[in-house]
Amino acid sequence: MKSWIDRQRNIIDYTLSSLLRRKRKNAALYIVYTLVVFLLASVIFFTHSLKKEGALVLKEAPEMVVQRIVAGRHELIPVSYLDKIKNIPGVSAATGRLWGYYYDPISGANYTLMVSEDSPLSSGRIEIGEGVSRARLAFEGDTLEFRTYDGSIIELEVSGLISAESALVSSDLILMTEDDFRRLFGISEELATDLVLRVGNPRELSVIALKIAELLPDTRQILRDEILRTYDAVFDWRGGLLLVILSGGLLAFIIFAWDKASGLSAEERREIGILKAVGWETSDVIQAKFWEGLVVSLSAFSTGILLGYAHVFFTAAKLFEPVLKGWAVLYPHFKLTPFVDGSQLASLFFLSVVPYTVATIIPSWRAAIVDPDTVMR
Amino acid sequence: MIELKDARKTFNAGKPDEFMAIRGINLSIEANKATVLKGPSGSGKTTLLSLIGCMARPTSGRIWVLGKEITSLPERFLTEIRRKTFGFIFQQLNLIRGITTLENVMLPAYPLGGAYSSIKKRALLLLDLLDIAPKANSRVERLSGGEAQRVTIARALMNDPAVIIADEATAHLDTELTLEFLEILGKLKDDGKTLLLASHDPLVYESKVVDRVVNLRDGNIAEKGE
Amino acid sequence: MFVHAFFRQRAETDKLRANIEIVRVNGITDLCLFTEASYTRHLTQTDLHTPFQDGPFSLEHFPSGALVRPPQGLKRMNEKLD
Repeated sequence: MKSWIDRQRNIIDYTLSSLLRRKRKNAALYIVYTLVVFLLASVIFFTHSLKKEGALVLKEAPEMVVQRIVAGRHELIPVSYLDKIKNIPGVSAATGRLWGYYYDPISGANYTLMVSEDSPLSSGRIEIGEGVSRARLAFEGDTLEFRTYDGSIIELEVSGLISAESALVSSDLILMTEDDFRRLFGISEELATDLVLRVGNPRELSVIALKIAELLPDTRQILRDEILRTYDAVFDWRGGLLLVILSGGLLAFIIFAWDKASGLSAEERREIGILKAVGWETSDVIQAKFWEGLVVSLSAFSTGILLGYAHVFFTAAKLFEPVLKGWAVLYPHFKLTPFVDGSQLASLFFLSVVPYTVATIIPSWRAAIVDPDTVMR
Repeated sequence: MIELKDARKTFNAGKPDEFMAIRGINLSIEANKATVLKGPSGSGKTTLLSLIGCMARPTSGRIWVLGKEITSLPERFLTEIRRKTFGFIFQQLNLIRGITTLENVMLPAYPLGGAYSSIKKRALLLLDLLDIAPKANSRVERLSGGEAQRVTIARALMNDPAVIIADEATAHLDTELTLEFLEILGKLKDDGKTLLLASHDPLVYESKVVDRVVNLRDGNIAEKGE
Repeated sequence: MFVHAFFRQRAETDKLRANIEIVRVNGITDLCLFTEASYTRHLTQTDLHTPFQDGPFSLEHFPSGALVRPPQGLKRMNEKLD
């Protein structure tokens, strides 16, 4: 056993010096490999932790939202619908919800305006999310102007900022009182954006949903379960952009490994011949090549993963920002909690390290089985 | 110590470029003596050396090394015998470029196991023996012809082999270096090694270090001479 | 790396709890990721037709629309109305 370890040690020693010998070529390989792993790992870390955090945080989203659909579009819902809903057994609470969008021409950003049920706000005062604060450079005590539905201007004072740590859900949020909301958008007291329900027994949700669909045929019911599932699938690999990135990465890697597998340089072949002449067996040569492939791929893989991790969790995936931001002006400054999915990383490992190592061995094997006497000629 | 009986070697058997390099050679090599295979190019010297040195297998016939028959040994055992019994010095130096002299010398010992440090010690010892210890850490590309030659000798000695095989080792050396080389060989013989050389250089086969000359022609022994 | 992740997760449980509270109190249904359009901002609340505002064959003109898939149950609910 010890002798086997010694042998491996010696062979690894040769491998390392061999790698250093062809510094430039191996450096190029290492860099390309690391970049590919970095990209894929970043995507994996980002999407997984986003999904995880989203799932955790949205656990307390409303159990059911009832939306009115007119001519295929989401329309304001009469508050009187609540009367029918409140009578359904199992419904513990039901209220109207007010929310909407406001386009701010000064910053070019879209804000989401919401009225909160148990709000400590008084009329004329708002709480703004960190994204809004950044877009308008507004802080506690500042006033923001809003244009109402009839062209007039109202001023609302910022009473506080919503915690920056909740940026993932509140970055573009402006919380206000019901009166201010209705005044701003000219929505009468009889209407609400939608209705939210709280249900005593979660298992009765779908039954209640069906009932509501019967009672109020022009509505649509959105269950919390669907909300969670939507976000679970949000960065699904089947989504357009992600598919492109993943296939691009995979393709780059295949080309890379193919190039490696397609042959050795004359110099490398000569070296193998010398090693065989000097007394190395075919298996020794293969082992040296195996270590060569493994050293490069393991180090590139680890570097790529670490860089990806740092990129996503220390810089909030800065490089993805232009992609995710698109036309939006407001982009949340969120710091993701590191949720790491070991199985995804393991698949990345097997899809990259194993093929690369194999690709290094194959051409060497063909060169290594020659009879050593060819070197003598 | 080495015996060949009716050994033959054919290359590309069955194909249009079939070539019989060795045609039924019977030979006995004595231990602790220097034997030279002499003959023009194409006479089969290199092939014969590779057969004896466990680098290739005979197409037919039998070969014994140190009393053990090696004719049909599987590759693994053949390689082991080769590693332990023979040290090779080639015509082309066959040193690996880009690594140091020391590393080149250490190469043959790597697959045998053994601690790295003891391999290194032995290699340094050998380099010292051959007066090239100061060049231990230089790249082999920077060595002069004579120095490189001595490095290959050191490498050949790495596993303490009983037999040294040198194929046209002086072909690229001038007179002075050739004589130096022969002197070193003489010392090795004194140390108890058996030497087997192939050469068409008169300086070699007429040297007093050489005990026996075997003439080869067209894959056969032409005549035996002293 | 894994050690770092483990400790950070522990440290951030408070933050997560606070966020959950904000979601509950305000009745939030969506993550604030793509603020370009209503159907990208409120993925789960969007109706089937808003993304096709210019016509059923119009190509996606908000880049984030290429990143996300339509929400679950969207088609199912609307079928019921028909």
